[in-house]
Amino acid sequence: MSDDALVQVRGLVKHFPITRGIVIQRKVGAVQAVDGVSFDVRRGETLGLVGETGCGKSTTARLIMRLLEPTSGEVRFDGQDITSLKGARLKAIRRDMQMIFQDPYSSLNPRKTVGATIGQPFTIHGLNSGKNERKRAVQELMETVGLNPEHYNRYPHEFSGGQRQRIGVARALALKPKLLIADEPVSALDVSIQAQVLNLLRDMQRQLGLTLVFIAHDLSVVRHMCDRVAVMYLGRIVEIGPSDALYGLPRHPYTGALLAAVPVADPSARTGERQLLSGDVPSPANPPQACRFHTRCPKAQERCSIDDPALEDKGTGTRAACHFPLSREEVAGMGVRSAR
Amino acid sequence: MSRYIIRRLLWGVVLLVVVLALLFVMFRVLPTADPAKLRAGRLQSPKIIAEIRHNLGLDKSLLAQFWVYLKNLFLHFDLGYSYYSNAPVKELIFNRLPATLSLVLGGAIVWLVAGLGVGIVSARRAGSRVDRASMGTALVLVSAPEYWLGLITLYLFASDIGQVRILPGAGSYAGLTSDPVKWFESLILPWLVVAAGTAAIYARLIRGSLIETMGEDYIRTARAKGLTERRVVLRHGVRSAINPIVTVLGLDIGVLLGSSVLVETVFNIPGIGRLNYIAITHADFPIVQGTVLVAALFIILANIIVDIAYAFLDPRVRYS
Amino acid sequence: MSATEPLLRVEDLRVEFSTEDGVVHAVDGITYEVGPGRTLGIVGESGSGKTVASLTTLGLTRTQGARVSGRILFEGRDLAALSDAELRAIRGNDIAMVFQDPLSSLHPFFKVGAQLIEALRAHREVSKQQARARAIELLGLVGIPDPQRRVDEYPHEFSGGMRQRAMIAMALANEPKLLIADEPTTALDVTVQAQILALLERLQRELGMAIVIITHDLGVVAEMADDIAVMYAGRIVETASAELIFDGPEHPYTWGLLRSIPTLDGSREADLVPIPGTPPSLIQRPSGCHFHPRCPYAQPSHARIDPQLRAVPDQPGHHVACLLEVDVRRRLWAQLHAGRMPEEAIAAVGVPEEPQ
Repeated sequence: MSDDALVQVRGLVKHFPITRGIVIQRKVGAVQAVDGVSFDVRRGETLGLVGETGCGKSTTARLIMRLLEPTSGEVRFDGQDITSLKGARLKAIRRDMQMIFQDPYSSLNPRKTVGATIGQPFTIHGLNSGKNERKRAVQELMETVGLNPEHYNRYPHEFSGGQRQRIGVARALALKPKLLIADEPVSALDVSIQAQVLNLLRDMQRQLGLTLVFIAHDLSVVRHMCDRVAVMYLGRIVEIGPSDALYGLPRHPYTGALLAAVPVADPSARTGERQLLSGDVPSPANPPQACRFHTRCPKAQERCSIDDPALEDKGTGTRAACHFPLSREEVAGMGVRSAR
Repeated sequence: MSRYIIRRLLWGVVLLVVVLALLFVMFRVLPTADPAKLRAGRLQSPKIIAEIRHNLGLDKSLLAQFWVYLKNLFLHFDLGYSYYSNAPVKELIFNRLPATLSLVLGGAIVWLVAGLGVGIVSARRAGSRVDRASMGTALVLVSAPEYWLGLITLYLFASDIGQVRILPGAGSYAGLTSDPVKWFESLILPWLVVAAGTAAIYARLIRGSLIETMGEDYIRTARAKGLTERRVVLRHGVRSAINPIVTVLGLDIGVLLGSSVLVETVFNIPGIGRLNYIAITHADFPIVQGTVLVAALFIILANIIVDIAYAFLDPRVRYS
Repeated sequence: MSATEPLLRVEDLRVEFSTEDGVVHAVDGITYEVGPGRTLGIVGESGSGKTVASLTTLGLTRTQGARVSGRILFEGRDLAALSDAELRAIRGNDIAMVFQDPLSSLHPFFKVGAQLIEALRAHREVSKQQARARAIELLGLVGIPDPQRRVDEYPHEFSGGMRQRAMIAMALANEPKLLIADEPTTALDVTVQAQILALLERLQRELGMAIVIITHDLGVVAEMADDIAVMYAGRIVETASAELIFDGPEHPYTWGLLRSIPTLDGSREADLVPIPGTPPSLIQRPSGCHFHPRCPYAQPSHARIDPQLRAVPDQPGHHVACLLEVDVRRRLWAQLHAGRMPEEAIAAVGVPEEPQ
């Protein structure tokens, strides 16, 4: 465990029970949303969590934020074990970790003015209690994120999607947190606005020395924003490593498939038939045995359904959970645009 | 699915017992007329009153009385005997049930046809004069008290006192089995009165629901397939828009079966509502308990039926 | 563009809606063509008018009180002038449409097979058994495993990717000549998106149909489209073959789009170059060139003059609606392509200031 890790997650598990019964509810199974996840988030870095629907990235984020309680495993924040923290002590931790959400249209209370929304963290934690003091603090935040401080008394519906997302960022930064988790912060925005918000997040991170966990499904955006990236599939991390290494030479076949699937904004790069992943993601209530990916993996062999591969250093910069990781030639043949 | 139904029925029984318990408490603990005194009538001597009280079992403790009642109810389907007439409550209620059922179910059919018909047309012509006129009329009908409407219709159309003497007046109810024609004729005005306000509500309900449904993406897909507008509206639109109606319909019928007293009184229909009302004035607890029990039963059943119907209408519900 | 007669030719299409806040000019005079068997990609963000334009092609905006002018020529017939009954014969038959969210676009209460059968029987005289057999065949054609079982299931029992395949199957039921796909993969995971795009390409080859694909994703059009039209604020600002648009874009909005998206192989350190400001209201549009408030290279006169789509010299098929001089644009793009910021590019090129 490195000392400069702000967040440490070990063996994190979250199962959502499925129940049946007439009078008494029996548990008959579970949705294994997160199934044994361990990683560090280093101070000052941007860590990306990518994966497709049902991979557990959003659940992992909520577990770190303690919006959910883990079924088992450990979450350490800033050296402290927060896994089963409750009440006032949990509230104290909340000052240091904040989250911004995907949908700028539903994540702001339409009945509260922008000023009230951004100032709410101050109220909750008893800071800046003077009325003028609070207004000044809020307006300063608004300017920092690129909003006009004179719009203090306006309501969310008077702002565009990109501006609303800026409001969310301002609110999250009010208490100068150490950790910011951004759950799909730009997916609902127009392309030309996405760049504005992404630049803002990068600027804020540099200015405030934030640690950022960035969750997204757009691999190009993640590559741009993140120093390290973790790829998740069916509740597990399948590959994790620095962006250059992971995008340059993905070792896990799922990472390769994800990268190969990204449509490339260059018509001359149309290589013809790409190797596509077939079928659908299995249900997280009934995941495959051993390696979760073996049912769809083009490289799967018998060993993969018996022996669960551990997340290990593959010697090329990333750690991958695979018995038969991709070779450089294979990656090139898949049409991965970022490969080098 | 069947697990779900069984669970709902079990909870229904629990609910019934709770309702009965509340009733017991209400009548015996809260100040009200003393049935023993009422029964004694002119013979108001303490001894006779005490004797009556003992005969009626009112001297036992509250819990004992409740236990006796429950035992009789669940083991023998015995609802007790009227304090006033000694007649078995079960008989009294079952004799009057057909009239109430005729009134409510017939009224329900009228309000469904009228309400849905008007509502769908209004939705399709939202904002037009037809729409505004029908919604305005609906508002008037909703605001009109039932008994007032009842009296007005009698005043206008009753064969004995009306201006245009075309329909039988109050008190002309005949059972379905004894005189079907008279049965039908005598119920026309009561049906209209029962249906008027509710049809108005349903018209507004389906209008709103259909307007919202027609904005859904799958309606756009249906049009893009080249289907006729009629098919799009009726098969794709109304089919979805009808769901909130189903929920409300079950509840409306259930509630009405227990509270039709106003219409029954105006038109002098021998139904459960009137029975209940008269029993209350006599502090005739067993009858009141019986009618409330029946009413609660209807409502609980209606709820369960509505939930089941909803699962049939919306396949997504079946899997939760 | 192809030498043969275009399958679809839209001429000066304008679509307006009256709302409480004023008249919305959703589509403001667009002209484009689709050749048989070719794919046209329409690129635009929210408020560009791309969806309204495609819905209007099939007359699906009529129920919303749209006022339409211009011509929509399909195989020589003007769809905008057809009656509802005549249009209905074409919808789901010669021209079919696939929408963005298959969960909300399929009726939740009817089985998938029933919805496919409905599409078939709307235009063909077939028995229920024949229709059902054809429905199973179609589901297999789009790659849904175990179609005999799936045909009796409800949309919510399908995964997202399978639902979109089912929508495509429904659209293809009557072998359309033209398929309009409005953001068909936006709601899907990236690996599923790749599957669906590959499916569309395969079906196009096998059935020889033309496709109009509407999207905001430049990667998707680069993959799929032969020709591209870029829309902004209800107008087409640039149109050309896919190669020309990406190699030598001529409109500042297109430049902005290309420079603001992160790519898998670009520099990671450099900041993205966003387009400043926000898309305009379609009720109160900017005067003159609709893009001028957000254009770093705009001149004062651009607020007064309406640019028309003009051919780019020595690039057949390439049209752009921009008031800047061609060689100024070329040099600006060269600067931007080399990684310079707009201000740097203007300084390097020396855009001639207009006389005041």
